[in-house]
Amino acid sequence: MKKLLIAAIALLLTHSVFAGVKIEHWVSPSGARVYFVESRVLPMLDVQVDFAAGSMFDPVGKSGLAALTRAALDLGAGKLDETAIAEQLADIGANLTGGADTDRASVALRTLSARDKREPALDILKTVLHKPLFDAAIFEREKARTIAGLKEAMTRPDSIAGKAFWAAMYPNHPYGRQATPESVGTLNRDDLVAFHARYYNAANASITLVGDLSRQEAETLAEAIASGLPKGQAAVLPAPPEAPKGGLTQLAHPASQAHVYIGLPAVERGNPDFFPLLVGNYTLGGGGFVSRLMKEVRDQRGYAYSVYSYFAPLKQTGPFQIGLQTKRSQARDAIKVARDVLEGFLKDGPSDDELAAAKANLTGSFPLRLDSNKKILDNVAVIGFYGLPLDYLDQYQARVQAVTADEIKQAFARRVRPESLITVTVAAD
Amino acid sequence: MRMRQLVPFLLAAGLSTAALANPYETTLKNGLRVIVKEDHRAPTAVQMVWYRIGSTDEVDGASGVAHVLEHMMFKGTPSVGPGEFNKRVAAAGGKDNAFTSRDYTAYFQQVPKEKLADMMQLEADRMRHLNVDAKEFEQEIKVVMEERRMRTDDNPQAKLFEQMNAVAFQAHPYRRPIIGWMNDLETMTAADAKAWYDTWYVPNNAYVIITGDVDHKEVFAQAEKYYGPLEGRALPPRRQQIEPVQEGPRHVTVKGPAELPVLIMGYKAPILRDIDKDSDPYALEMLASILDGHDAARFNKKLVREDKVALSAGIDYDNTARGPGMLYLHGTPSEGKTIADLEAALRAEIVRVQKDGVSTQELKRAKAQLVAGQVYKLDSMFGQAMEIGQIESVGLPYQKLDHMLDKLQKVTAADVQAVARKYFNDDALTIGVLDPQPLDGKPRRPAVATRH
Repeated sequence: MKKLLIAAIALLLTHSVFAGVKIEHWVSPSGARVYFVESRVLPMLDVQVDFAAGSMFDPVGKSGLAALTRAALDLGAGKLDETAIAEQLADIGANLTGGADTDRASVALRTLSARDKREPALDILKTVLHKPLFDAAIFEREKARTIAGLKEAMTRPDSIAGKAFWAAMYPNHPYGRQATPESVGTLNRDDLVAFHARYYNAANASITLVGDLSRQEAETLAEAIASGLPKGQAAVLPAPPEAPKGGLTQLAHPASQAHVYIGLPAVERGNPDFFPLLVGNYTLGGGGFVSRLMKEVRDQRGYAYSVYSYFAPLKQTGPFQIGLQTKRSQARDAIKVARDVLEGFLKDGPSDDELAAAKANLTGSFPLRLDSNKKILDNVAVIGFYGLPLDYLDQYQARVQAVTADEIKQAFARRVRPESLITVTVAAD
Repeated sequence: MRMRQLVPFLLAAGLSTAALANPYETTLKNGLRVIVKEDHRAPTAVQMVWYRIGSTDEVDGASGVAHVLEHMMFKGTPSVGPGEFNKRVAAAGGKDNAFTSRDYTAYFQQVPKEKLADMMQLEADRMRHLNVDAKEFEQEIKVVMEERRMRTDDNPQAKLFEQMNAVAFQAHPYRRPIIGWMNDLETMTAADAKAWYDTWYVPNNAYVIITGDVDHKEVFAQAEKYYGPLEGRALPPRRQQIEPVQEGPRHVTVKGPAELPVLIMGYKAPILRDIDKDSDPYALEMLASILDGHDAARFNKKLVREDKVALSAGIDYDNTARGPGMLYLHGTPSEGKTIADLEAALRAEIVRVQKDGVSTQELKRAKAQLVAGQVYKLDSMFGQAMEIGQIESVGLPYQKLDHMLDKLQKVTAADVQAVARKYFNDDALTIGVLDPQPLDGKPRRPAVATRH
């Protein structure tokens, strides 16, 4: 029940008096973790419920189960069929969205905050969360659509490259297993019911509310969501991924452009290496048009329209990834340039000027990360789901500012070992 | 939190902002219009500079030059070196980019509000002082070709859309792709880009939109300081190019590596020219919402969920443009269904509206979504700037955005039925089909049955 006061980060940046957002956190009587940001500026409310029910929890051989379970939630629940759910939401101008990634399954509601809109919208949200029907005929229809979509994805060079990249990075971890037409073909309705029963519970949920609501209303509302869920148990994580043996996978495709991914499993959410990696990667390939990769691959040589690198921390060791697309005949040259840039950075780290530029952008752009309810929701939901410190946003600029070039070099040396780098190409000559 | 008191007022006035002076506007002596929408919820600001010039203004053989010039705009001026523009925006904690459409080219920066003046200085500088350096051009044109490969050449769905427009329009420049034909990119020179810049990049062919936590009076003063000294110049006359009336259905098939077939049915459709007097574009927009505005709208409910003839089905209709309009029905047939099955099903849904109309409940639902959307859009400063920019780009005044909403709210079920009867005419139809080809030479599913 601790209320956080806004931290005085203005000390660091005299021109910036924007001190982030005030996150209120509590655990509802039914056991769900709740995160609330009161924002009265617009007459609207966002509610997001996240469950540790992403694809990493797909049983072996049943890849695609988490995604299909999430997709089926709002296709019939309680006394409402799928048409009634969609029509009633539209009647009050509310939107129900969400999906499943590797870690999370999310259900997000955006509604006007006026009581005559908010109450019916929340009733639908609760029904969808508490009493999904998993109708057999609808399940078969969605299964067929999912399989068709997967087959289509397997014709696209970027999807082919992405799937092969994750499979190579995580040979013995669920992050490397992905839905296929075959794995989805084996699923049945009972699998969905069982997956839902196991993972969609209060202990496994975090609820984020942002918008035109009082603390008391937020408490009531969050508990109404949580109390209809089984108490349940939090998800149990698999053994963490091991570093893969580096290597090259080349796949054929008739496309005019080669798709190239280079990377490896690097860092999990909340790891202290994250800030040095974030600041360092700005110079390497994260800083949009001003990164070294952009300069060397795009500006100097015209090899690619898009070239980047990023760290994507996940519940367990998430990837570091470099990506680019280039005319198939010059893929080899482009890969060499990207590898040289990476090696140069691993060896020397950023220059003083580069480090200063990275800090200036990452701290200076902080207000832009939080200038809408949607952005606040996204940030706070991540803090809640991954259990990051509640003052994460308040400390963000100071943490960035404190990073040294040495810390960057050391963090990269620990996390980006050249011998473990995976390279995947599709359509390269 | 300063806007808290305003919100009930906004809603009470039927979401009309007319009673408030916000947005504010001024026109500089050189013809540059500056529009400021104050929004004090967070200490950030957006600057957008819109030029009334897009791919529609290009000529044959030089397609894509509007977009290439957009890339060259980041390549430096006498006072800001190549790549320096992005560097300064980044140093300011900002994000920037640009986009080119058929009707306009626009540039933007999102920054902490203290940095807005620096951004105005940068944009003003490149409005009249760009270096179109031959060496920079030589690299950048390769980047644009890679962009074309990524967006279009290796994307069969995008290629289908490109080919459809090349068939649907024969005289009007909308037949050319915004990114340009590859051969035109290959023969383009720095001189082409320079000529484009010299002709069209003048303050009297542009407008600046700023949203965010700013004081409009200060912004106007800064605009005078940075943009004011730039000289305006008369623009060459633009010829109005009118697409001849289509006199029969047209077909185009694109073969490409894919699994699923795609059908697009494009009908010539009206465009909003007079916000007060026009009515059909509003009725067509409501029709689109009734057919495809939510998960249980007619297309998804009937074609995807009940009859399972489609994996997906939708409608796209934008009723604002400088040029002629199109309304597209599109979809992908389910396994075991053909393009012909899907076409028949889409047509049956249109016939159903033509014969039986739409219910008042459906119309009410579409209008409720519209009202909520007006609140949700205020959550994004960038979105608010975009809305003003886009409506202005087609020559309609942003002051009438609220009036457009009123007109939409007044659409009746009879209006919707009338436009369904009027515009879904085979003589104005272009049908595009993606015929999926196996990647490895082995046929994966039966050939697409088409009717021509």
